[in-house]
Amino acid sequence: MGADFLYPEFEVVRNPNRCVNCRICERQCSNGVHGWDAKTKTMTQDDAKCVDCQRCVAMCPTRALKIVKSDCVFRENANWSNDAIREIHKQASTGGALLSSMGNPTTAPIYWDRLLINASQVTNPPVDPLREPMETRVFLGKKPNRIERGPDGKIVPKLEPQLELSVPIMFAAMSYGSISLNAHAALARAATELGILYNTGEGGLREDFYQYGPNTVVQVASGRFGVHEDYLRAGVAIEIKMGQGAKPGIGGHLPGEKIVGDVAKTRMIPEGADAVSPAPHHDIYSIEDLRQLVLSLKEATEYRKPIIVKVAAVHNIAAIASGIARSGADVIAIDGWRGGTGAAPTRIRDNVGIPVELALAAVDQRLRDEGIRNDVSLIVGGSVRSASDLVKAIALGADACYIGTATLIALGCRMCRTCRSGKCNWGIATQRPELVERLDPEIGRKRLVNLVSAWKLELAEMMGGMGINSVEALRGNRLMLRGVGLTEKELEVLGVSCAGE
Amino acid sequence: MKLEGQVRIPSGCAIAAAISREGRRFNGEKIAAAMRPMRERSNGLGGGFAGYGIYPEYKDFFALHMFFESRDARKSCESYLKERFEIVQSEIMPTRKIPEITDEPIIWRYFVAPHRSALRSLQVDENEFVVRVATKINAETNGAHIFSCGKNMGAFKAVGYPEDVARFYRLEEYEGYSWIAHGRYPTNTPGWWGGAHPFALLDRAVVHNGEISSYDANRRCVEMFGYKCSLMTDTEVITYIMDRLLRVQGLTLTEVAQIVAAPFWSTIDAIDDPEERERLKYLRTAFSSLLITGPFSIILGFNGGLMALNDRLKLRSSVVGEKGDAVYIASEEAAIRAMEENVENVWAPAGGEPVIVYAKEGGR
Repeated sequence: MGADFLYPEFEVVRNPNRCVNCRICERQCSNGVHGWDAKTKTMTQDDAKCVDCQRCVAMCPTRALKIVKSDCVFRENANWSNDAIREIHKQASTGGALLSSMGNPTTAPIYWDRLLINASQVTNPPVDPLREPMETRVFLGKKPNRIERGPDGKIVPKLEPQLELSVPIMFAAMSYGSISLNAHAALARAATELGILYNTGEGGLREDFYQYGPNTVVQVASGRFGVHEDYLRAGVAIEIKMGQGAKPGIGGHLPGEKIVGDVAKTRMIPEGADAVSPAPHHDIYSIEDLRQLVLSLKEATEYRKPIIVKVAAVHNIAAIASGIARSGADVIAIDGWRGGTGAAPTRIRDNVGIPVELALAAVDQRLRDEGIRNDVSLIVGGSVRSASDLVKAIALGADACYIGTATLIALGCRMCRTCRSGKCNWGIATQRPELVERLDPEIGRKRLVNLVSAWKLELAEMMGGMGINSVEALRGNRLMLRGVGLTEKELEVLGVSCAGE
Repeated sequence: MKLEGQVRIPSGCAIAAAISREGRRFNGEKIAAAMRPMRERSNGLGGGFAGYGIYPEYKDFFALHMFFESRDARKSCESYLKERFEIVQSEIMPTRKIPEITDEPIIWRYFVAPHRSALRSLQVDENEFVVRVATKINAETNGAHIFSCGKNMGAFKAVGYPEDVARFYRLEEYEGYSWIAHGRYPTNTPGWWGGAHPFALLDRAVVHNGEISSYDANRRCVEMFGYKCSLMTDTEVITYIMDRLLRVQGLTLTEVAQIVAAPFWSTIDAIDDPEERERLKYLRTAFSSLLITGPFSIILGFNGGLMALNDRLKLRSSVVGEKGDAVYIASEEAAIRAMEENVENVWAPAGGEPVIVYAKEGGR
């Protein structure tokens, strides 16, 4: 109590007329919010422990529960927000750096929402996706600048290794450890069913997941957790993680509480030890070193797998991407400032990096200015929230999008943003067996398949409206976008005209 | 109001072509006649033609057809040209004053050959050299515009109805073995002569009816390779795609058709022959940014022949007919019948199905 006391952020509201004392909420809450007083035979609660994950709300059979934001707040101040004051109190009491989970939640500009999509009227017809073929298949990888013909004059149809996607969506890197085995299983199975790819993240890969190899991207990050020869060969592509949008400039951090049993084994590290990835790759201090790692990985996999280099969107992203495109990499993945995370220092998450929309526009244009856009494909993520964000990303120049947070929401996540606690009541960001088993991988698979199928449908509808029947004709087609409420400079960086122009 | 090139102007259109497989030359009256019944498809804001085999006496020289805004613009451009080309003939374009065509720019014609020394110093062949000069002159706002630069062929275009444009340029005085024509229906135009079609680069000239939805994806792709889409029209970008794929990449016409109007993946997947399946998959994947979507019906003219092609959904009309060694193509059958009353074998090619016709003269 005293200076350290902060009134709970959320209050659990229990409707006594509906509550039947079934105690399901008590069993469902890993945070220990709900309790049972045997003497009075009534439910008790400790609001201070509530994270607003809404598990109890969803499971309550009589709809007796709701979680509301507390109205006990500090005196209103436009400069010193409630959060700012609370954070100072926390730091004054603990001396620690603030940690947060999931992507940047602040009100800073979301450029997707300032971009509008075109549709055909009169001078050319929209294409009806219900009656005409609508193609969403894409191939990621280097495209040749010269064709080759054999002695018989026939084209030699030899391409550098390509990744085929039935729809330009990939599941973003989320490690086994940061999320549960069942979440991983749901992602792997859904990717397989959908004809797209999921990504192991930096936590290694259990052997029983090798069966999903044709739909797997294996990641090599600075900690090299779980990296060995069979692992590199297990997927269809290898991603070198140089950075993450939520925390550019630092490595991944998986708290020891999540490094249990099988997770430790898969990562090839001791149980209970924090898995802290180094900020840099210690064999990459410059662009020429990246080239060596790219080529080493290609050697190790007989040049059969495309190499993806994932970087966080930072100020100089266009020049960085140009360097990567010349490093031998096949695909560049750009992770934006709003990208998700299991745990990141709050100040870094909210203040370091740039919005992915601007980064994408700048990179696509720079690679074209240098005539090397065909040498690499571009994937962007962080954060793509809907099919319209996807359409806008492709029109700005992306070949495909990574979705991470959206997949977790599909699996049940309510965005309570406490993944780092390891107590995820939805069985997603946890390793506690009793919580993990709450997520049925088969139901998860179905929900992910539903999500991507729905987006594919919406993508087709928007493409049809523009009179485009193949997604490659949308890629980089910035005339299909207009900006609203943007400055001339922002429009210039995005390479789009203002609405009405 | 912004000029074409500063703003993108979509337009609907009429197109037509006539070619003699035997390389028989005929004057421009026939192709002009084709445009008359399609007057509804134009609105008087642009018409044009290209004829092949029309300059046999200068067949080894590039024929530059140019618009100039002023005498000064011509003088300064001419000195620029003289540094790069031997000019064997320089003359005002023969035209006829008619009330239907007004406000013409200065229209000039040069027959030129690039200086060997210039080719050596840039290490390029003469075609690439001419492309670079034309791109530079047209991208700069210097009051000069090259609208035709091929050998033994020429484009003729103006703001007006196509049949009037033919009279204006005295096309009855030219004889060619192949002709293509265009009537334009821009939705909004400042009436700029350079914006009329055909759009031509070297001997390749394109007439197009449609509005492609892939425009900016195509434009941003070809601009990587040095082309400048200074007019912002579909026809311009299609011409650059043709130049890139045919001249620079050395692809065949059929292969080009399989890239710009690629078969659907479902069609490719269903092909039994694995070699053919791989070939089509390769073309679509390697040149995915050059797929053209949205409605188009184009005729590509070149020395020795022409190709007609529709978008893969066939969202624009295109009809083909034959009579003897002649092949006729047009947006409407009526236009073909205006050229040849007793036309035979009239048919409408399917979407994405190229119609390729070669003439003996300069053929392959």
